[in-house]
Amino acid sequence: MITKHAISILVNNQPGVLQRVSGLFGRRGFNIDSITVGESEEPGLSRMIIVTSGDDRTLEQVQKQLYKLIDVIKVVDLSASPMVARELALIKVNAEPAQRPEILGIIETFRASVVDISPSTLIAQVVGDSEKIDAMVELLKPYGLRELTRTGVTAMTRGLSK
Amino acid sequence: MSAQSATVLSKEGFREKLLKPDLISGSEILLRSLLLEGVDCVFGYPGGAVLYIYDAMHGNEDFRHLLTRHEQGAIHAADGYARSTGKVGVCIATSGPGATNLVTGIATAYMDSVPLVVITGNVATTLIGTDAFQEADITGITMPITKHSYLVRNVEDLPRVIREAFHIASTGRKGPVLIDIPKDVSAQKTVFRYPETINIRGYNPTVNPNRLQVEKLLKAIEESERPVILAGGGVVYSGAHEELIEFVNKTQIPITTTLLGLGGFPSSHPLWMGMPGMHGTVTANRALQECDLLISIGARFDDRVTGKLDGFAPHAKIAHIDVDPAEIGKNVETDIPCVGDVKMVLSLANEKARPAKSAAWIGKIAESLKQYPLRYKDDDKELKPQFVIEMIHETTNGEAIITTDVGQHQMWAAQFYKFNHPRSLITSGGLGTMGFGFPSAIGAQMGNPGRLVVSINGDGGMQMCSQELAICAINNIPVKIVVINNQVLGMVRQWQELIYENRYSHIDLSGSPDFVKLAEAYGVKGLRATNKEEARRVWKEALETPGPVLIDFVVRKEENVFPMVMQGSTLDQMVLGDSE
Repeated sequence: MITKHAISILVNNQPGVLQRVSGLFGRRGFNIDSITVGESEEPGLSRMIIVTSGDDRTLEQVQKQLYKLIDVIKVVDLSASPMVARELALIKVNAEPAQRPEILGIIETFRASVVDISPSTLIAQVVGDSEKIDAMVELLKPYGLRELTRTGVTAMTRGLSK
Repeated sequence: MSAQSATVLSKEGFREKLLKPDLISGSEILLRSLLLEGVDCVFGYPGGAVLYIYDAMHGNEDFRHLLTRHEQGAIHAADGYARSTGKVGVCIATSGPGATNLVTGIATAYMDSVPLVVITGNVATTLIGTDAFQEADITGITMPITKHSYLVRNVEDLPRVIREAFHIASTGRKGPVLIDIPKDVSAQKTVFRYPETINIRGYNPTVNPNRLQVEKLLKAIEESERPVILAGGGVVYSGAHEELIEFVNKTQIPITTTLLGLGGFPSSHPLWMGMPGMHGTVTANRALQECDLLISIGARFDDRVTGKLDGFAPHAKIAHIDVDPAEIGKNVETDIPCVGDVKMVLSLANEKARPAKSAAWIGKIAESLKQYPLRYKDDDKELKPQFVIEMIHETTNGEAIITTDVGQHQMWAAQFYKFNHPRSLITSGGLGTMGFGFPSAIGAQMGNPGRLVVSINGDGGMQMCSQELAICAINNIPVKIVVINNQVLGMVRQWQELIYENRYSHIDLSGSPDFVKLAEAYGVKGLRATNKEEARRVWKEALETPGPVLIDFVVRKEENVFPMVMQGSTLDQMVLGDSE
């Protein structure tokens, strides 16, 4: 059964490490839905969150192959335990003055915010899980999407579990 | 001090001299570090970006470098050296084309888990990324085919990088590690300090087996009635051949060895069934299909071994011993995983190993071995390639180091040379690299100066690295170079005959050089045989000749390798061909 998984990968902050990891996914035929990278709690180490989809066997192979990379320190399948997964999106939408109140209503409902406004457009910033962002994008589409950019998912497990 | 006392400097004294914290260049750091790692021969080819490194070699009596005639020759030689000795092979090439010429050799070593440290020069750090003359992003190019790689940007990092590279290449599942050294880094000076300890946080291979899993394995063995061992290159690489013999004797399990596993178990042992897979024996392939317990030891279920994966070993419980956890469950669902160094797993298993209920099974296999030996239709008039291999086996008592190229002759060598010692067959299994056979023999000979090294090639592969005849001649490297010359790309011809309905497309090698004259052009003795009597005579002459000899055995085109399992078939669907 194919399921989505968020994998957290702690890596050495070295030149080429992103290429090593993404290259591994590419050549082994593993799918990357999204990828985020940033500093971790430890100096010199970065954390990557990759959302991938596959069956259990593929997921096991993904983790084992990742561990073979010398620059990979730790691999955790976050989806195996309760976790928080969040994504940020910026949505530039057509917003003539007449339509603004409706659009602002949607933005408020999603607890999103307006980060830029021009005579005929505005940019909404929304944070949440991917489904919430999908839903908001759907609702804004009728007004005319000018531009959409999403960060991809970053995630961690809840509480003390690691 | 006399010259003599300088050369007999004690090993400790030599080490001390190398370790002195002098202010030296990156190039000298490289040479000293390689010597400290115990490297006694490096294969390479100079060029612009490695001029400082080659300058440091000038007049350095301690450092041995063999100049090949192509970078590909250098890396295959380093590979042959590594496979035949168990030590790390080292080669050096310049940036750009020098480095890219190594790519096939790196992939060859990676596929077969061969420990190499590959040194490349690069353009100066200030020029990297500018498409400078002879610039290539070799770390990027080789990422998928190296175990690890380094681009050294600071000379201070160089000693640590070299130390780590040797450690990574030679431990766990072995493999090639590339070190890319920009020209300015090889020139910069720093005080030499070779690190005593290695600390690589993300690298900690599992070598100690889990006792519980080993006990599970032993229990499964005791309960099994039709067990089979599939042993691969991992047995050879971990030096576990003695443990394997003990394991087989204690458990009474028939064994088949993959192409890379040949020699990891003595072919003279009554429980040995030969090689499995596409050109494996009838007995080994049928045993794999009928067994109730399959124990893979340092083998990775390659498609050439398993045939159609769907119908592979359909009745078997699968146990898999491997140092690389990623191999377990990769191709075949595994019931009993044993991650660890093969030698350590087998040593632990041997403590408590008890026999399987295999008496009837062994009887059946012995019967099958008698009924289906590997055979070919010999001919009194015609020289058959299989005859040549058998003759080489008999005259060398199975004691030679054999290297092969890739194709029909490789399979015949695997079938008809009976290997009894580990590291006596050097062949490109995973990647199937033509051009590997001859230069790898040069490396094997350098690593084993006292041994007889025979390189068996086809007339196709021989032309892919024949330029290395020069270094055999000039250094008097006494490799016996066999060309099984059928004037055609034999394995491709075989597939075109059997699968593509005799549509022979671009396989004719007429126009190849006269190999005897080619050898002579380089100053290597050349001999030719076109029939059995000549074959015996010239081969005897070759063995009696102290230096390198090339022997051109002219055989017929139409000979095919059998048995054969067609691609997409299960192992029990073998074409026995004209061997019956």
